[in-house]
Amino acid sequence: MRTTLGLLLAVGLGFGTAACGAGDDDTEEGGKVTLVINGLPPATEAATHQRFLDNVAEFERLNPDIDLDPREGKMDPQTFAAKLAGGQLEDVFYVYFTDPANLIAKRQVADISEYLGDFPVTSQIKPEVLRVFQDDKGGTFGLPYKNYSMGLLYNRELFGKAGLDPENPPRTWAEVREAAKRIAALGDGHVGYGDYSKSNTGGWHFTTEIYSLGGEVAVDDGGTWKAAFNGPQGKQVLQQLKDMRWTDNSMGERQLLEWADLLQMMGSGKLGMYVATADNIPTIVNQYKGRYETYGLGPIPGGAGTLGGGEGYMFNAKASPAKIRAGLKWLTFWFTSAERFEAENKWAAENKNPVGLPEPAIFTGAAAQLQETADAKYANVPQQNYAPFKAAMPSIPVKLEPPNAQQIYAVLDVAMQKVLTDRNANVDQLLADAETQVNQILASVG
Amino acid sequence: MAVLSAAAPGETRTPPEVPKRPRSGRLRRVVGDNLLAYAFMAGGLACFALFSWYPLVRGIVLSFQQDNFVTDPYWVGTENYAALFEDPLFWTAWRNTLVFTGFALVFGYLVPLFLAILLNELRHLKGFFRVAVYLPVMLPPIVVVLLWRYFYDPGNGLFNTVLDAVGLPTSQWTQSPSTALFSLVLVSTWANLGGATLMYLAGLQSIPGELYEAAELDGASVWQRLRHVTIPQLRFLMLVLLLLQVIATVQVFIEPYQLTGTTNPDTITVMVLIYRYAFTVNNDFGLAAAMSVTLFVVLAVFSAVYLRLTRGQES
Repeated sequence: MRTTLGLLLAVGLGFGTAACGAGDDDTEEGGKVTLVINGLPPATEAATHQRFLDNVAEFERLNPDIDLDPREGKMDPQTFAAKLAGGQLEDVFYVYFTDPANLIAKRQVADISEYLGDFPVTSQIKPEVLRVFQDDKGGTFGLPYKNYSMGLLYNRELFGKAGLDPENPPRTWAEVREAAKRIAALGDGHVGYGDYSKSNTGGWHFTTEIYSLGGEVAVDDGGTWKAAFNGPQGKQVLQQLKDMRWTDNSMGERQLLEWADLLQMMGSGKLGMYVATADNIPTIVNQYKGRYETYGLGPIPGGAGTLGGGEGYMFNAKASPAKIRAGLKWLTFWFTSAERFEAENKWAAENKNPVGLPEPAIFTGAAAQLQETADAKYANVPQQNYAPFKAAMPSIPVKLEPPNAQQIYAVLDVAMQKVLTDRNANVDQLLADAETQVNQILASVG
Repeated sequence: MAVLSAAAPGETRTPPEVPKRPRSGRLRRVVGDNLLAYAFMAGGLACFALFSWYPLVRGIVLSFQQDNFVTDPYWVGTENYAALFEDPLFWTAWRNTLVFTGFALVFGYLVPLFLAILLNELRHLKGFFRVAVYLPVMLPPIVVVLLWRYFYDPGNGLFNTVLDAVGLPTSQWTQSPSTALFSLVLVSTWANLGGATLMYLAGLQSIPGELYEAAELDGASVWQRLRHVTIPQLRFLMLVLLLLQVIATVQVFIEPYQLTGTTNPDTITVMVLIYRYAFTVNNDFGLAAAMSVTLFVVLAVFSAVYLRLTRGQES
């Protein structure tokens, strides 16, 4: 009974507690704006933590009328509503690309469109990336900071051991299947190809994989969104996974994997390949004791399209115009700033942080040029390992997530779970069931 | 939680005449006499009000609202409940929860009783076995789950390694639709049976020895002593534990959440679905509150049955 009370408490969080800086008056004595921001790395990461604070100090020196109050952490869906209700939400907060659509739909973020004209660099942001932070009427609610696209992360050493060419990662799903078989044949717990099926990550990867075959998860059919994955491409994705899991035995026994599991397996040297973004590599190196030299990044197999993701910042719905302006000043000073690439890359290289991972730029035009030059100048990770990915990047269209992505991913998780844990799974039935549920979810999209 | 009655049933004794006082005066005296007691209770009552009763009421109210915590919440009538009953996961979650509860009772209810009788009959190492049985209860739930995740790993987990070594077929445990729910029951039973075992043990030790001696003199076998002495003496305790276990197992959360995730239809339970509605998939607190209310109603019925039965026993 106590747990139920606890959950009733959790879902009954609508009572406000004393507000902190986020909802306070805009200005203090002397006309200063106090801006609460997050994204401050934890103190345990001493170098990046200090770097953030140094940037804050420099920004405050250049903008004496703004007082920044930096906080640790990022937007966490599990605490977001509670913080918002309690007036504890930062004025400017960090989000992943999966968050904005939902926050905009719920009107939990501020519209910053009318202020963007004062910050010219924002006009150089790639329209397809900025669209993540926009509603269907073109209103803008945040700015991107980083952009990733999915490729095939692989262990070059295992490729060598299995008699595969590390310079030529698989380009098609048939080649992936063949390579996975060869790696699994090494025995001793080696897994050829790993995939997710838990906590919405399964649906996320299914989306990437169907994009790679030219398919879609959802399409806008004359103003009405409809599920579009119950077709040949969707079937091919699931059937291939089922065959690799049960016919080839090249995907390992352990399934129901979620985000950290594949990184950990890659770090342990037991995993051959999985679909990932470049930013996985430093995590594998730092947290799971891998080495940069070990990992290569190839283009997404199939190459007809890939899923893009990334990070950015959004604004508290209760933020005043003065705070939104101050927030945009801060973001265009550091995160969404072409001028900072040089300084940040120099600092990162000096502090042994990776520079030169292959990520799609968020800018076009002169700003993109600045970023490219700065990346090339300070690159400290093996560029040749990512050459296949970089070479294919211009020819592979980056697609964004479907609307209500997390809900759709949760449904598609089930299909991924079934093909990876049930040798008798019926692919057609799984797709049909998922289609019905996803259409119900999409019915609420305006 | 007994409800005291002024007179036992069938009692006809008339109370002595007391001169009637004005109602307000009597109330004042009752309050005055107990002022200190109320003062002592005030802190506890305030905590209950703030952390239990208010959220409870707020949760029920929220189940009829939509709230984005920016603009004022607005009333949606029974829309959240309608959405709930239309969601196939609602029924899946309840079915899984009831199956889990059924399994959990078969194991979690009978195994502790059996263990307690066994411990009670032990002559040596009694203390050691008591600690051993109770030890899992002292482990934090997350530790239990991580431990069992290693046991269950179908690749190189402990269970499959042992089964393989002795030539028995291995299992996919939590990863197969046919064994997932049962695997979760095992974890839950292992983690929680210590408490029930100790309660049974205390109950067993409070049974007067004379009853057993009398039964032995009458030539009762071990089985007859169990059936005619032990079980009847423990009947009330067994009933209480049965209801408490139903209430606890219906609220299972950490095992499915940690071992099989929030999207697995084979193991999603009511509590996991509430969590999913509120925090991971829907971010819809109204829907989560509506689901919480359905769970609350079911548990309230069980609690009412429990109170009713315990009252009957005590009177």
